[in-house]
Amino acid sequence: MAMHGGHGGGGGGFFHEDEILGKAYDARLMRRLLRYVRPYAGLVVVALVLLLVLSATQIAPPIIAKFIIDQAITPAVAGRITPAEGLTTLGILGMLYLAILAANAGVRYGQGLLTAYVGQRAMYDLRIELFRHLQFLPLSFFDRNPVGRLMTRITNDIDALTEMVSRGVVSIFGDVFILTGVMIAMILLDHRLAIVTFLALPVVIGLTAYFRGIMRDSFRSIRIRLARVNAYLNETLSGISVVQLFTREGETFKRFDDLNVDLYRANEGAVRAMSTFQPAINLTRAVTSAALFLAGGYLILDGQLTIGTLLAFWQLIEQFFRPILDLAEKYNVMQAAMASSERIFRLLDTPRTVADPPTALELRHVRGEVTFDHVWFSYQIAAREAMPRSSEDPALQVRAGPQERSDHPRARPQAEPTDIGRDWILKDVDFTISAGESVAIVGATGAGKTAIISLISRFYDVQRGRILLDGVDIRDVKQHDLRRHIGVVLQDPFIFAGTIASNIRLNDATISDERVRAAAHFVNADKFIDRLPERYGTVVTERGSMLSVGQKQLLAFARAIAFNPEILLVLDEATSSVDTETEHLIQDALAKLMRGRTSIVIAHRLSTIQNVDRIVVLHKGRVVEVGTHRELLAERGVYHRLYELQYRAHQAV
Amino acid sequence: MRSSPRSTFFHYLRGHATKLLVGSVLVTAASLLATIPPRFIGAIVDDVTRRAPFSAIALLAGGMVVVALLEAVIRGNGRYQVIDSSRLTEYEMRNDLLAHLQSMHLGYFQRQRIGDLMARLTNDLTAVRQMYGFGILMTLMTMSLLVFSIAAMLQVSVKLTLISLLVMPVASMTFWAIGRRVQRKFQQLQAQFGDLSTKAQENFSGIRVVKAYSQEEPEIASFAAIDQEYVRRALDLAKFNGLIWPAMSFMIGVAVLLTLYVGGIDAIGGQLTIGQLIQFVAYLYLLSFPMIAFGEITNIFQQGWASLIRLQELFDADPAIADPIDPVERPIRGEVEMRNVSFAYGNTVVLRDVSFTVPAGGSLAVVGPTGSGKSTLVNLIPRLFDAQQGEVLIDGVNVQRYPLRLLRRAVGYVPQETFLFSVPLRENVGFGVEDALPDERLEWASDVAQLNKDVEDFPARYDTMIGERGVTLSGGQKQRTAIARAVAKDPRILILDDALSSVDTYTEAEILRRLRGVMRERTSIVVAHRISTVKDADEILVLDDGRIVERGTHLSLLEHNGLYAQMYRRQLLEEELEVGEEQAEHERRVRETPVEPTAFRPRMPSEGGMSEGPP
Repeated sequence: MAMHGGHGGGGGGFFHEDEILGKAYDARLMRRLLRYVRPYAGLVVVALVLLLVLSATQIAPPIIAKFIIDQAITPAVAGRITPAEGLTTLGILGMLYLAILAANAGVRYGQGLLTAYVGQRAMYDLRIELFRHLQFLPLSFFDRNPVGRLMTRITNDIDALTEMVSRGVVSIFGDVFILTGVMIAMILLDHRLAIVTFLALPVVIGLTAYFRGIMRDSFRSIRIRLARVNAYLNETLSGISVVQLFTREGETFKRFDDLNVDLYRANEGAVRAMSTFQPAINLTRAVTSAALFLAGGYLILDGQLTIGTLLAFWQLIEQFFRPILDLAEKYNVMQAAMASSERIFRLLDTPRTVADPPTALELRHVRGEVTFDHVWFSYQIAAREAMPRSSEDPALQVRAGPQERSDHPRARPQAEPTDIGRDWILKDVDFTISAGESVAIVGATGAGKTAIISLISRFYDVQRGRILLDGVDIRDVKQHDLRRHIGVVLQDPFIFAGTIASNIRLNDATISDERVRAAAHFVNADKFIDRLPERYGTVVTERGSMLSVGQKQLLAFARAIAFNPEILLVLDEATSSVDTETEHLIQDALAKLMRGRTSIVIAHRLSTIQNVDRIVVLHKGRVVEVGTHRELLAERGVYHRLYELQYRAHQAV
Repeated sequence: MRSSPRSTFFHYLRGHATKLLVGSVLVTAASLLATIPPRFIGAIVDDVTRRAPFSAIALLAGGMVVVALLEAVIRGNGRYQVIDSSRLTEYEMRNDLLAHLQSMHLGYFQRQRIGDLMARLTNDLTAVRQMYGFGILMTLMTMSLLVFSIAAMLQVSVKLTLISLLVMPVASMTFWAIGRRVQRKFQQLQAQFGDLSTKAQENFSGIRVVKAYSQEEPEIASFAAIDQEYVRRALDLAKFNGLIWPAMSFMIGVAVLLTLYVGGIDAIGGQLTIGQLIQFVAYLYLLSFPMIAFGEITNIFQQGWASLIRLQELFDADPAIADPIDPVERPIRGEVEMRNVSFAYGNTVVLRDVSFTVPAGGSLAVVGPTGSGKSTLVNLIPRLFDAQQGEVLIDGVNVQRYPLRLLRRAVGYVPQETFLFSVPLRENVGFGVEDALPDERLEWASDVAQLNKDVEDFPARYDTMIGERGVTLSGGQKQRTAIARAVAKDPRILILDDALSSVDTYTEAEILRRLRGVMRERTSIVVAHRISTVKDADEILVLDDGRIVERGTHLSLLEHNGLYAQMYRRQLLEEELEVGEEQAEHERRVRETPVEPTAFRPRMPSEGGMSEGPP
């Protein structure tokens, strides 16, 4: 019950993409990221100005301290001015110092809030854009991408970017301002001591470059391993009941431990590097200070320098090294963010292959004639088409653009040799269902029945041929309009977190409570709903754990009926898990529904198709027989064989 | 054992006591060394004021370098020990969490969202690790620097020390006030993050429905509403969190200013040399790290603690279904019995007073309307749930008295909804088998499940990766893999919970026929909707609203002329309607078709031999 269809829900696969591990700075990505900040450009300018002010208020105190020493204390101690004069100067400078401290705190807080605001808003925009984009991606995309991976994009990856905006980019600007400011102040105070200080620069640059290389590699291998650990965890938790039923806890744990140990080992390198880098920079700073005091002491003894200036330098050095000390952390933030943004943009660049053309027609009134005009379809090709755009991507050449649409099959796209001849799920399928007619699609598993339903709803686009609704290519019609006229009940009933009622009406507020009840009654779902503690208000969870598969299916029926009883009802073997009694009741409801509606029913239980006008028999992707039940039985072909087997399953086994 | 976040915290802390102790000593020693250079600086300033010889200054500067070098080496090693211990703790916690979660019963996972669990296992675990690593490291550095600096400051001037440290009480009160709010806001933010993840997960999982009903726009709106709230809470957190650093650096600044001012007056008055004043300022700079770090530390500990509480919730969850204290270690033959079993999910009663016995080697079928409790009934046998009333017995012993491992080994279970893992097909089929599955048994299981023909089409046959990195299986292929998986385990009891719903009827018939051969000496319990699937069972139970309303063999139930007979007649009627005039001929054909013997059985380790070998 805790298991859901699909291969492990989140899949051991999503470290695939997590292996994209970019540089700490990528101009192309950065430009694109900046686009999301652009709406807040005004605020960003304010934040940068505040940052400049902040840097100035940061550098000012050591310089005021210099004047306190040189203008107030030293002369007073030496007796060049009276103690009273000294104290007055001290008082004035002290007030100035205090004012600057207050300004520094205020500006820092304001700047921090502003940055957080811009970061959160910009990432909100990106998150919504991403979510919106995902909503309109074709199903083939979701076939390829496990839910867990998409979740990581929309939560963790975007968080990494938020982190970058607030901690990475802004603090880097701040660091640049501080470093520049400190250097200018040093040169202005005393260019000789400035040169002594700057001698440390090559050492710092060398150390940084060396450790950056180590850390880049470490962080990369950590991220790959972390992704593996989490992918495995996700899959194990999704399939936990299988693990338990098959007593694989020990084995699963052992494998997990291997991955976990691997991650720990990968971390070891980074921890060691970090534990060396910071002390090394600290040591550089201490040596620079020592050199400063040596040179400064000499100059003071020589009468060329004041004590205040030397002390100002000493304090400025502290400020000079501070940004460098947390460089590694920033580097990590930036690198993570670049990798995240690359993955996010890759998602955003995934083409909406199933998209509305600019000239999409509105579909107001539908009679309901459905035509398959020499349709060829392959899930594999659809999946390849739904890959992100990239110049070397061979899928580009097969993407179905409007200009490629024609009645003539295009040359078959390049496929893996093993795929040849195997990946067409529908081959030259050609039939017409007239308005109001009910048709059953019959065939063995894998014959392509589900594909027919998915194609009519335009979950996928056909690769060759066309599907026409009332004579119009469905690719020329707005998807929203198309689907509004199609009620679909799918094979896997899906229950949203919410109430029973909200699962029937979904988000459509125009569906009244009465209509919800009527729909439930219509499909005989009201029986079990009435037995639930809160009836229609009963809260159900995402996996509908309280409900049996049959109940979920009844809900899905009710949804289809409440929602869209208008034109076309398409059913996809949805009756297979419902008990005979309920199935019978549903069939009654269906018979009522099918009246006057174009209906396509898919059922491998032949018993469910006795009411239809016509039967289309699919075999290995081809339409092999079309006719009524009796005609087809008389033909003694595939249908007859399927039928006989069905009969045998009921009688002779 | 682990009853509170506090005891959990110390439990993991103790795990690396040696590493932490060594790390602490080194970090403390480094802090002590750090208080030496200010003395040298003060001495240099006084020397130049006194116009002492340059050599004295050079000596002091050289001393600074030596001390700094020592400090760097010691601090680097200390830091490594502490951080490394936090990585080890993270590793252990992650393992412990998985082990614990693996022991949780199915009901737990029905309540817990996987997205939320994953959020705890990733984000919260990171926050906890940072608490153990940087949190502890910074606490050590802060405390030692604080103590040593203040001691050194007191040596220079008690008065200046007291004046400059006036800011301390103000600082701690500020933190206490801000910290509490930060913690609360952080928890609120995390909760909203969970909601955001859940919304996204639900949407992506149900994308077909979203598309089929053109629900994209309403879904975006609903996601945006949750996202808005998330951003609001993030900014709310930032309002308080952002106070910490500015407040800290302001207070340090004030301390330096007070020192310069009061110390300046003293220097002018001659009670203090300029060198001493500078030495004092240098100590304040040393102190500035602990004070700035203090904000960070509170942050790390608050977020880490909030996360630890969330992890503690996972640890606290009671497995509910656990091994007995006095386990019955006896091989299972396969007699299954239920005595007056009742079961409810919360307030919804699903099973009422169910009793039955299946002798070892017997077969039981369960039919009944949707929601009548069939799945729950079979879930009780391998203890996916425990009965709330009554007893479930195997070989006369309550299932709760068997070690879980023994019990579940004996049961082959094919669930209603299939879950396969992203591993090669071979491993999926051999999932329940201790060692690597021998080829002959793999092929035999695949044959029983009618998976063998499909396998020929897979690129690497049994070594084909399943799932996203390999082949995507159809619903029927998935179910058949699940059947092969259950059969390969060679179970004493096989349970099929409506496990053939995605398999076409022809294949279903083939599978059932083969299973009958396999299950000849084993107990089988089959949940199904079709009479044809169940009619040969030794006993058939008809469930309705959690109660057994009818029981018996196919024939006796038909005679009884109740719900079962009604179901049967309805199905028969449907068939007859379809069959029409051709019925007679079909029946004749069917009778003529000989039933092939399907007695493929693998080598049974327990039986020490092969009764009938695979072909």
